[in-house]
Amino acid sequence: MKEELFVSGRNIPNIDPYLHLWHWEIPLYLFLGGLSAGILFFAGYFYVMRKERDMSATIKLAPLFVPFFLVIGLGALFLDLHHKLYFWQLYTTIRFESPMSWGAWTLMAVTPLSILWAFSYLRDVFPNLKWPYAWLDKLEEILKKYRKAMAWVLMMLSIILGVYTGILLSAFNARPLWNTSILGPLFLVSGFSTGLAFTILLSKSKYERKVLTRIDLIFIFTELFFIIHMLMGLQAGTQVSLEAAGLFLGGEFTVTFWVFVVILGLAFPATLEVLELRGYHVPGWIPSALILIGGLVFRFVILEAGQITRYLY
Amino acid sequence: MRYAMAIDTAKCVGCGDCVVACQTENNVPHGYCRDWIVENVSGSYPNVQIELRSERCNHCDNAPCVRCCPTGSSHIAEGGIVLVTPEECIGCGACIESCPYDARYVHPDFGYVDKCTFCKHRVDKGQNPACVDVCPTHCLHFGDLDDPNSDVSKALKNRDWKVLAPEAGTKPQLYFLI
Repeated sequence: MKEELFVSGRNIPNIDPYLHLWHWEIPLYLFLGGLSAGILFFAGYFYVMRKERDMSATIKLAPLFVPFFLVIGLGALFLDLHHKLYFWQLYTTIRFESPMSWGAWTLMAVTPLSILWAFSYLRDVFPNLKWPYAWLDKLEEILKKYRKAMAWVLMMLSIILGVYTGILLSAFNARPLWNTSILGPLFLVSGFSTGLAFTILLSKSKYERKVLTRIDLIFIFTELFFIIHMLMGLQAGTQVSLEAAGLFLGGEFTVTFWVFVVILGLAFPATLEVLELRGYHVPGWIPSALILIGGLVFRFVILEAGQITRYLY
Repeated sequence: MRYAMAIDTAKCVGCGDCVVACQTENNVPHGYCRDWIVENVSGSYPNVQIELRSERCNHCDNAPCVRCCPTGSSHIAEGGIVLVTPEECIGCGACIESCPYDARYVHPDFGYVDKCTFCKHRVDKGQNPACVDVCPTHCLHFGDLDDPNSDVSKALKNRDWKVLAPEAGTKPQLYFLI
């Protein structure tokens, strides 16, 4: 028999009996961050590839939503802070050791840039719009000249943003499920895949949807590979890693993870996308909606499960 | 200078005086604690072993809470004491998520993160932490590891000891005499 208990009594809220400090705010933010990164990356990419005419939903329409996503995400982050009025302390220093620090700075750069990008295309989407002030016309003209530069910066920043959503968690070595370097790439491809799914949802052009669907399939299969890779890595690890993997292999998150994330969120929509590319008629919103929901559930599951895993002594 | 603590698990009776002393000394919010006692029972009758450990922040040399803090609020003060500056803390919880010992909590009234300070206000005056002074079995030893005549150095000299979760790579500075 081996039994361990607090004889002095210890029942600290959100920490005992197991850590549950981060609630819905963080996974929602991670989801919106990844989604925004995906949308912005492909907007930048297809702009640089000179596909402005063929890929209008990717370059013009979808990025209009990004500032809203980012602001909601940042709002969720703010809600999560417990010492809220001191949030500005984040921007008094840069600490490269702390992913949360450089992630906060990345967001500080991405958010205004995404607003500028969306602003420069606003009149392409709404042709009847007239600016109330003359300086807005001027700003729009200047921004139009610098679109290429913006596209490159957006692509780079969105990769950093996408990876950051995973590295944020993998930096915590106290939580063995998170403490795997695959989490960065995994959240990046997952975020890009949700971004593509969202853009496909908006696009009305058959050509554009076909191009995006093909890329999305590559990302979904990469994500599935990374998930298996993550579980294999944990299974080959120490006792704490084995217990972390066990949460998905028979433990309490098994059904949520395999049914809602892997099957309904990845495998099934991928099958539908393949069928669509083969010429079968599939309502376009179904795979996209499933991928988006799957991506959200995925982040909730990883966050909840990670907080349960811990060192044993 | 390197402050550390040695806890004699063979002498500890689990009375909880250290916990109450800390709560009183540091005005710890009701229902919270910065130190606590773990009872570890192993084996089966008649070969049963009980280990009692008075635990708190390990004031790690390689502190993950300090590494993960986005503002630099969590820092290592003189003598290796890990502290939080409340005016720089945003209450994000990154340090709590990164601590393998679950030694930190969010202060329920103020929102910043709070933890054991090794009673720095007392140590600065040359006194021991409150938990050490109050212990009726004298099972807690505090002092400077660099000083061979300090209480903690003497306690570690002739005894076997262990640290908690050394595999976490945190280089903890709480030594449990076994």
